[in-house]
Amino acid sequence: MIGQLHNIFWLGTKELRSVLRDSVMLIFIIWSFSLGITMKSAAGGDTVNNASVGIVDQDLSGLSGRIANALFPPYFQDPRMIDASEINAAMNRGDFMFVVVIPPNFEADIIKGNPATVQINADATAVSQAGLGTGYIQNIVNDEVQRFASGSDASAEPATINLIQRRHFNAAGIATWFNSIVSLLDQLTMLTIILTGAALLREREHGTIEHLMVMPLNSFQIAMAKIWANGLIILVCFVASFVLLIEGYLSVPLSGSFLLLMAGTVIYLFAAAAIGLFLGTISKSMAQFALLLIITIFPMQMLSGGMAPAESQPDFIRPFTWFLPSRHYMSFGQAIAFRGAGLDVVWRDFLTIAGLGAAFLAASLLLFRRSLSTEK
Amino acid sequence: MTAGESVAKLSGITHRYGSVTAVADISLELPAGQMVGLLGPDGVGKSTLLGLISGSRKLQTGTLELLGGDMRTAQYRALAGPRIAYMPQGLGKNLYPELSIAENLDFFGKLFSQSRAERTARIAHLTGATGLAPFLNRPAGKLSGGMKQKLGLCCALIHDPDFLILDEPTTGVDPLSRRQFWELIDAIRSERPGMSVLVSTAYMDEAEAFDWLVAMDAGSILDVGTPDALKKRTGAADLETAFVRLLPEGKRGDATQTAPPPLEEKDTTPVIVARNLTRKFGDFVAVNNVSFKIRTGEIFGFLGSNGCGKTTTMKMLTGLLPPSEGSAEIFGNPVNANDLNVRKRVGFMSQSFSLYGELTVMENLRLHARLFDMAPAKYAPRLTHLIDAFGLQDHVDAPAGELPLGIRQRLSLAVAIVHEPEILILDEPTSGVDPVARDRFWELLIDLSRNQNVTIFISTHFMSEAMRCDRISLMHAGRVMVYDTPENLIETKQVETLEDAFISYMEDAINEIAPISKDIAETPAAIDKEFGAVKAVTHKRSRFSLSRALAYSYRETMEVLRDPVRLLFAFAGSLVLLLIMAFGMNQDVDELTYAVLDHDQSPESRQYLNNFSGSLYFIEEPQLVNLHDLETELRNNTISVALEIPPGFGRDLRRGDAVEVLARIDGANPSRADTLESYVNGAHADFVPRWALENGGDAQADAAVTIEPRFAYNPTSDSLMTMGPAIPAMLLMMFPAILMAVSIAREKENGTITNFYVTPTRRAEYLFGKQVPYLGIALINFILLNLLVVFVLQVPLKGSVVALSLGAILYAFAATGYGLVISTLTNTQVAAVFAGALLSMLPTMSFSGLMQPVSTLEGGAQIMGTLWPTTYFLHLSVGTYTKGLSITDVRSDLIALCLFYPVFFGIALATLKKQER
Repeated sequence: MIGQLHNIFWLGTKELRSVLRDSVMLIFIIWSFSLGITMKSAAGGDTVNNASVGIVDQDLSGLSGRIANALFPPYFQDPRMIDASEINAAMNRGDFMFVVVIPPNFEADIIKGNPATVQINADATAVSQAGLGTGYIQNIVNDEVQRFASGSDASAEPATINLIQRRHFNAAGIATWFNSIVSLLDQLTMLTIILTGAALLREREHGTIEHLMVMPLNSFQIAMAKIWANGLIILVCFVASFVLLIEGYLSVPLSGSFLLLMAGTVIYLFAAAAIGLFLGTISKSMAQFALLLIITIFPMQMLSGGMAPAESQPDFIRPFTWFLPSRHYMSFGQAIAFRGAGLDVVWRDFLTIAGLGAAFLAASLLLFRRSLSTEK
Repeated sequence: MTAGESVAKLSGITHRYGSVTAVADISLELPAGQMVGLLGPDGVGKSTLLGLISGSRKLQTGTLELLGGDMRTAQYRALAGPRIAYMPQGLGKNLYPELSIAENLDFFGKLFSQSRAERTARIAHLTGATGLAPFLNRPAGKLSGGMKQKLGLCCALIHDPDFLILDEPTTGVDPLSRRQFWELIDAIRSERPGMSVLVSTAYMDEAEAFDWLVAMDAGSILDVGTPDALKKRTGAADLETAFVRLLPEGKRGDATQTAPPPLEEKDTTPVIVARNLTRKFGDFVAVNNVSFKIRTGEIFGFLGSNGCGKTTTMKMLTGLLPPSEGSAEIFGNPVNANDLNVRKRVGFMSQSFSLYGELTVMENLRLHARLFDMAPAKYAPRLTHLIDAFGLQDHVDAPAGELPLGIRQRLSLAVAIVHEPEILILDEPTSGVDPVARDRFWELLIDLSRNQNVTIFISTHFMSEAMRCDRISLMHAGRVMVYDTPENLIETKQVETLEDAFISYMEDAINEIAPISKDIAETPAAIDKEFGAVKAVTHKRSRFSLSRALAYSYRETMEVLRDPVRLLFAFAGSLVLLLIMAFGMNQDVDELTYAVLDHDQSPESRQYLNNFSGSLYFIEEPQLVNLHDLETELRNNTISVALEIPPGFGRDLRRGDAVEVLARIDGANPSRADTLESYVNGAHADFVPRWALENGGDAQADAAVTIEPRFAYNPTSDSLMTMGPAIPAMLLMMFPAILMAVSIAREKENGTITNFYVTPTRRAEYLFGKQVPYLGIALINFILLNLLVVFVLQVPLKGSVVALSLGAILYAFAATGYGLVISTLTNTQVAAVFAGALLSMLPTMSFSGLMQPVSTLEGGAQIMGTLWPTTYFLHLSVGTYTKGLSITDVRSDLIALCLFYPVFFGIALATLKKQER
């Protein structure tokens, strides 16, 4: 047992040295954990943010002007006035998310109490933004009309039931908070898998792996050495990125325990590295590894629950995505970071990720010797 | 050309790689029409010099005049290219292993713009002359070393060059093939008397037969002249001695080959036993029924060419490969891959370096000591001793990768014996090492064997090394033909040298080798007469040649088709990804879990809450007991929304007082929280007017304005309608780009890129030609993905198919164009994968409008999105599907897509070098 750990440790120091002396690799890693994260965090996600609006104002009244003025950042870009004939072409081009049409004599009708209709055209190809934004615009138009009407006849309308909505964990709904965790996870996934997989594949291509195999080492030790060394590099990047960039520069508050989040990350890095080793074991060439990489990383990033809520995945897809460790990371990541969850809440995710990692590791070890003998 | 003229004039040529000087100020005139030999061990600058002369490597300083023109100008290189043939070092390094002999030759013929008839004639002639004719359809990767070498020569000769440059053509080839190779060269020279040949070699015995020699060491020329002149000047009987004597004082060593003292047979029990070992790879038998016994303390040699099964046999003895049949024993026990204790008694040094180049000498030694479980107190003196004994004192802190070959080899041996093994297995340890270093290496081996009783099992293709072994086995084509002491082998065959004995044994063993036809004198002339001499045709520089580009396309296509796994991954992978992601990327929020904390428990509160429990969107969890309970459930994510009804809700409502309902929402994911809010709002808003109406209020009071939302293009707000057409845009970017990027990086790594350097291929032809198959893959993938979208995902294609297809074609150009850029900027496949994936993943996934329309992005993200082709194709694809757009509606996307390819192609063209640095 001591001998095992001893070998794993010494073999790992070799891995560390190889990566740390590869300046191109280091630049990529640093880029990913700095600019890569800030850029992605700044992108809004699928909430309504900075949405482009066109207004077809056929009334040109004070009220229609007030409606146009009520659509302002950060939800909406300053609206652009367009002509009714341009609606289709402009929406086809994707110039506008929303086009609001205010009919002629709108203000006059409201004053007289006549029914008037405002039309909101939403580009429903962006499904969730369309639904939410329409709701926002609807409220804004209603409010403006109410205020205009109450201003003109001065009879305030007492609302009988008021609904007060209060958001927990991110009261202001700042998208950057959530996005920063998503982009951090994306980088963890991608870099760990590429780094570990390529490290194995390179040793196989150079033949040094065979040299290791004739030493008193077993494939478990070789694999674990790669996992801890590459995992450690990424963990250091994770900590630096979290403390300096996410908590510091982006000022995202962490409501749970940082140590717990780190513990979860360590488990995740183990699983991701095991997946990297698995891909490195089953692919026979760099070209095959590259393809497998895309096939693996794409779903891991897109179906983690960071881009679209995991709760919304249809039932028949969930058994597939359950095998993605990133889905469980996303689950405990937001629980610890925002909901302040403790180990009592996240232990199940931790255990699942560890189990998945162990399964991938076991599979690569089983195929390891076979992969050596199929060469040439 | 008449004798006395020179074929090449070099003056003041110096070449550096970083801080290492490979060639130092060489000035030289090579006589024309002769067989010129470049002599010297590995690493003295032979290959660099040949690369420079052939024009495949870029001149740094100095001038080079070749066939009467200045090779520094690109114009002259393009003109002279077709008159030069260059065969780089390494067995079949410029060949395409997946292609057959005929296809390889055909490809080279096409590069020199030969017509089909001419190619057929030349291939028939060359393969007839070299005895390859019976194997035309065998893939180059499955040829023996000797056959690869012949094929390499045929490929070099296909365009009938005036100047043939061969870089170590016979290294690693069995002696019979070597002999045949030189006979072949002689025959070719006799049929083309004007042709000049420049050959580099590390075998001194071969050089005896050359017309004129250049002896090189450490990047400089030692001496030039005919073999006889060199021997005369140094007073040596053979060239090997002559060469050593030409070396500067300090490097000569004692120049005496230490013969091992006779083996004292203390212990005759065999330590290594092989019984009928056989190893098959598919239907290829790499090792066939091999048996031998090796005694303790013996130096046992394995002599044979590359690919004859030496390495495979050694791998079976070390347990790296399980034998297909037969058995192996070490220390009297069967080889067991899992027995770690046996491994501690065996040292192994493999053909490919067992060192880590990025670690220093000391770090390498220490790592191995650690891995063999040696305690620091024990290994410290051992390492000091090894460093002294192996002469590594001056290099302790140098990275192993930067050491000269000879020293690296000594370090490898030191590393292999750190743990004082009883058996040492060495796989071609001295290939490429200069004679002096090889002598030092053998002194170490002899010391180990005779003084420390280490059993040594060594493989080699050098006869002089084999002579020093106690016993050797001659191996050919997977079989051990015979094993005995070298002296006995020579005696049995009654020949002079071991090489002759080997050839004789080979001739006994083989009867399948096709005889080389000797009467080939009139054929090339006939071909020249019929098709015109190549030189005449290609004397003017050709413009972009589509047929040459297509030659690359055809070759690349064949290679891709012969790696079906790659194709399967590309196609099946993207189809599966489309299905999983199109369904999985679902933004519809339903089945929201909520719970109620009802402090009132009145009929009114229940009526209000019915609005939620009756909705399809909400799923109710058991009632909450108190605030603490509420917070715990939210925290544990068992509910997403908690509704809190205040005490007196019903009473106040009946009185007409204002009441407040508090909805607490899980805001961890803000975009999901937005949706939650809007659903809660909706359910609440439904209730208010209904209640007012039922209780006599005026529900219409403030309803003067009706708002009419229209969800254009996707009235049911189904995520699939957008994701279905959007996901292919991402897949069609990533797959073709990465495949493309790896394909050129692979040529750089394997060395086949040399063919691009030395043939008249233009850069645009190469890039475009390589691109074509990947365009094809992208378009087939496009068709498959869209069939899936329409027929399986059931997303109707409302708009113009033509517009979508046109967009896909332009997009395929852009995606592969991006791959070209990555591949010209990177030198290794790892780097290509890394850069290709890392740089494209972010703009493709996050900034192309998949989740968020590009018009709503800000800052750097928007710039990246605008400058990335996926944005336009994604918009076009979603637009034609859901918006029913026609070709005129999407013209701005099409125009934008048009612009990417020229830019990418231009960057690739500008960064691709026509010469190696």
